[in-house]
Amino acid sequence: MTSQRISYDRTLNTVAAWTLALLWILPLAYAVWTAIHPAAYEAHFTLSAPLTLENFQKAWAAAPFARYFLNTILLVTLILACQFFLCTLAAYAFARFEFPGRSIFFTLVLLQLLVMPDILIVENYKTMRLLDLVDTIPAIALPYVASGFGIFLLRQTFLTVPRELDEAARIEGSSALGVLWRVYIPLAKPTYLAYGLVSVSHHWNNFLWPLIVTNSEETRPVTVGLSVFSAIDSGVEWSVINAATLMTSGPLLIAFLLFQRQFVQSFMRAGIK
Amino acid sequence: MKALKLKRDWIIGWLLLLPAMVFLFAFTHIPAITSLVSSFYSTPRGRRPAKFLGLDNYQRMFDDPVFWKVLGNNLWFALGTIPLSIALAIVMALWVNDKLPGRGFARMAFFTPTVLPLIAVANIWLFFYTPGFGLFDQLLGLFGLPATNWLGSPETALNSVIVVTVWKEAGFFMIFYLAALQAIPKTLIEAAQIEGANRWTIFWRITFPLLMPTTLFVSINAVINCFRLVDHIFILTDGGPDNASALLLFYIFETAFRFWESGYAATLTVALLVMLCLLAIGQFFFFDRKVHYK
Repeated sequence: MTSQRISYDRTLNTVAAWTLALLWILPLAYAVWTAIHPAAYEAHFTLSAPLTLENFQKAWAAAPFARYFLNTILLVTLILACQFFLCTLAAYAFARFEFPGRSIFFTLVLLQLLVMPDILIVENYKTMRLLDLVDTIPAIALPYVASGFGIFLLRQTFLTVPRELDEAARIEGSSALGVLWRVYIPLAKPTYLAYGLVSVSHHWNNFLWPLIVTNSEETRPVTVGLSVFSAIDSGVEWSVINAATLMTSGPLLIAFLLFQRQFVQSFMRAGIK
Repeated sequence: MKALKLKRDWIIGWLLLLPAMVFLFAFTHIPAITSLVSSFYSTPRGRRPAKFLGLDNYQRMFDDPVFWKVLGNNLWFALGTIPLSIALAIVMALWVNDKLPGRGFARMAFFTPTVLPLIAVANIWLFFYTPGFGLFDQLLGLFGLPATNWLGSPETALNSVIVVTVWKEAGFFMIFYLAALQAIPKTLIEAAQIEGANRWTIFWRITFPLLMPTTLFVSINAVINCFRLVDHIFILTDGGPDNASALLLFYIFETAFRFWESGYAATLTVALLVMLCLLAIGQFFFFDRKVHYK
């Protein structure tokens, strides 16, 4: 291989990578363009187009987005807190205790990676009606709080903790929960961060189940709110819809751009295990 | 003394597991089983309780042209999204892993769709597909081609949905390949280079076989997503025209929450569960032989 061929090969690859990257970012770039320009420039691209925040104001005023945001924030916080609590305990049991039925239970946990609550909408809705929880935020959260993925991920991390540390803490008189709190949880911090990011972005974006189980402003998360808002097809301008779209994805998007490296690494970490 | 310690371990283990198991059973395992039970009953209406129907719901399902239609759509959706998004993910990962100028930007561009809600993404794409006015038609218009109703005609609706799904998923899968690529020892590649192997040979003989476990993981995920990702359909086509772009889960949603036929919806859910399990098992055995190949 001549060096000329290598550099030719390199250039070709760079050009192709850049083309695909630009193609991939195009929808978002386009949404940003329409959202920050007046409606007249929707399909009319000139650098001299005046900038405006009016579309965001219109969208914010046209639907109770503040309430939707509050609901989503409550929802993801509730889910994350419950997931951390339940998954930590279960993962600790699987990683460090011998008890009858352990492998059967573990198989049942892994089964949830395949049979997700997302597809059991019919029966879960019946359950929520039975519990009289329809149209509440806990109803959106409950099917997801015992996450098979979370249990698996934490168990893998806990298994890497050296037994000696565990035993040393026990000799000093810590109880089982004390050891968990003082040894395992601090050592698993990166996993908690990774899992937290994955969980928050997943549930921020979740749509189908919240759509089914909510039917009022007071409980709807932003994704459902956005769909209700953009479904009024009469008279809402594209630029306003795009502004609303950006608004709903905004917090995640900004967080992603700021913490890009951590985000990508978290997803990687969550995937390898 | 030992036996006592063991018994104590049992109890602590069970107690630690209990809370998670309660929720896991309540919202995953039990609903899966009650789906099966409900599938043998009629839909309860008002004061009329559910009646045992035996296999009537299954008979109805086999005679339901819409069921076969959405099943076919789901198959086409799987064939359209899985190979393409995995191939793109590998290419993206190779590029981002390489020392290309501007790879930070490329990585961001590829991964961004992953953090956006599918429902929001659909809103943006909806505009691209607008007949006459949208980006696709404007581009094609430059070549003098007529406007197309991308989402409104049965021939293009499902494919338009597939494009959005691939765009959304490829960057997500890229991450897993990126992690796997970084774990491949550099010496292997270098040795091959010294032997005079070109990039193409290195990829097919070394990199690709070593990525097999990742491909297994990603493809199982991709299959599950095929049955799970229906959010964008609500915005883009609402399953139309004439169910041309409806997928199985979307049809379950319609049956249960638009037509309020929960009995029949449970039957469809059972079909979905059976298919998921068969596919997962099948994939596992299909890849099993190749994964250990080195």
